[in-house]
Amino acid sequence: MPRLIVWCLRAALLNLGAGFSLGAIMLATPVLHLPGDMLRFRLLHAELLLIGWMVQLALGVAYWILPRFRVGFNRGRSAPVWIAMLLLNGGVYAAGIGQAVGMLAMAWAGRVGEGLAALIFATHLWLRVGHAGRGEVRSP
Amino acid sequence: MPSLTRWFIRTAAIYLALSLAVGVLQLTSPKLGPILWPTYLHLLVVGWLTQLIFGVALWMFPRRSREMPQGKPWLGWSCYGLLNLGLLLRAVGEPARGLGYGADSVAAASAILQLGAGWIFVVLIWPRIKER
Repeated sequence: MPRLIVWCLRAALLNLGAGFSLGAIMLATPVLHLPGDMLRFRLLHAELLLIGWMVQLALGVAYWILPRFRVGFNRGRSAPVWIAMLLLNGGVYAAGIGQAVGMLAMAWAGRVGEGLAALIFATHLWLRVGHAGRGEVRSP
Repeated sequence: MPSLTRWFIRTAAIYLALSLAVGVLQLTSPKLGPILWPTYLHLLVVGWLTQLIFGVALWMFPRRSREMPQGKPWLGWSCYGLLNLGLLLRAVGEPARGLGYGADSVAAASAILQLGAGWIFVVLIWPRIKER
């Protein structure tokens, strides 16, 4: 498994753990005698689990198993995908924390980061799948 | 397919049906609607989607070793048991709390069980994601 995929999938796992931990703390708020406004972190909880865990896992697995190019770097250039992974993870935390603490500029920047990451991943996957249709790739 | 994966996938399918039934119930009653919304969402996203991912990942990810391809079996079964017990307690405890029946301790127990399941899954899969 290439290093990029290892980092992508492990980051997804860490987001799963962080998202479950935050959810558990919010669910147990009355028993833990935590302030009632802990619930504002539900947006970070959702961001971690939906984008940071599920979307990132799907993208990592797609990058790993989709048909590869026959020539050159067989999964294409990895630098844009590394950047997309960093943007996605930074975006998850910026958007989630920004919404939780009411810093809308931070939340907005996070969402823009996630959007750019999605665009880069989508372009990469589009090329991989598109070339596969023209017989220019081999299956992994 | 390992039997643990079969159990994960079959249980996920049950949660899919259950969550959609709760979704219908949630829309039929204006009083129950907001109370059932988090239950509906978690049955769908954790009970169905996450559980399906857990089952398929434990099956399809690269083997941990020839002797123990999916890692320690008791850990996998613990993950399955804790996740589902936690979800069931949540499905009861959260609406009960919303209706004013207390149930804070039930919700807290559900939180601990699901948290345990999540981290066990991380521990099980982490060593199977490795550079070659």
